[in-house]
Amino acid sequence: MSAAAVSAGDEQLLRYVLRLGDLSLVLGQRLGEWVGHSPALEEDLGLANIALDLIGQARFFLGYAGEIEGRGRGEDEIAFLREHSEYCNPTLAEQPNGDFGQTIVRQVLIDAFQLELYEGLISSADERLAAVAAKAVKETRYHLRYSSGWLVRLGDGTAESHTRVQAALQRLWPYTTELFAADAVDEAMTERGVAPSLAALEKSWSSRIGAVLAEATLERPADRPYSWYGKQGQHSEHLGYMLTEMQYLQRTYPGARW
Amino acid sequence: MEDKNQWPLYEVFVRARGGLDHKHTGSLHAADARMAIEHARDLYTRRQEGVSLWVVRSTDITASDPTDADSLFEPARDKVYRHPTFYEIPDEVKTL
Repeated sequence: MSAAAVSAGDEQLLRYVLRLGDLSLVLGQRLGEWVGHSPALEEDLGLANIALDLIGQARFFLGYAGEIEGRGRGEDEIAFLREHSEYCNPTLAEQPNGDFGQTIVRQVLIDAFQLELYEGLISSADERLAAVAAKAVKETRYHLRYSSGWLVRLGDGTAESHTRVQAALQRLWPYTTELFAADAVDEAMTERGVAPSLAALEKSWSSRIGAVLAEATLERPADRPYSWYGKQGQHSEHLGYMLTEMQYLQRTYPGARW
Repeated sequence: MEDKNQWPLYEVFVRARGGLDHKHTGSLHAADARMAIEHARDLYTRRQEGVSLWVVRSTDITASDPTDADSLFEPARDKVYRHPTFYEIPDEVKTL
């Protein structure tokens, strides 16, 4: 990739790329919390594989963000040494794992979003983002296959599993509005041909999710007015605790390598 | 009787690359065949070990009885003429 492809100091592009990277990073870290605690050994590996895919995506995005920023920060500094309010993930990604059902609900909602997003980014005017999306879309297709398979099993499973995932869906649904709430950054990216329009994504996301919920015999919760701003750095109480654990090693042993 | 608290066991067969046969690689627990394929993908192909997967319920496999080994396999021991060692194998044949 030529150096000219990187538009150093492009604030809006930087912001947008951080959002992409932080979504994958935070969700990957959350899934990583399941390692050693999953309901079955097989699921332990399944969730860890998805977590590693997501962290791989985050590395590309955050490394690129460092180049755009042009202050010499690499992916590790950006991933591990920023403050709470500098993370740009949508608030849904940082929500706690809860029980396995709640983790699956969060995963389905985000997998379907990332799938639409990456399918759109493949034709991005930004070559770097297009290249990452082309790779990530294959991973994400599998993530959604895995998570939606589980959602159908749990939703259309026992009375207990149905009640639990329906409750998780009620709890997490309000956070989905933020995924599609376009601000100045999103609008500028769409205008420049860098990002797909969020309004278009919402339509296809909504019908995809609708089909999964129907198969899972789950009731689609009512939409709520927009009230979360994680993309702008205003997070729920949960992100701070997660970052404390995630950043511990880099902050205690700066530059540690192994 | 099947244990209701445990998913049934599946045997996993992985084809390493096109042209080779599926080889038994291990086993795993899964609720059904679809889940078994997903688990097999996550457990046995995460380091690019394969291009195709088969899964089969372990209970669907009929195995020979080890106590029958004498009558099943011993008689073949002294019949060396059954080995096709009289043919020259062309260099191009890699996986015979």
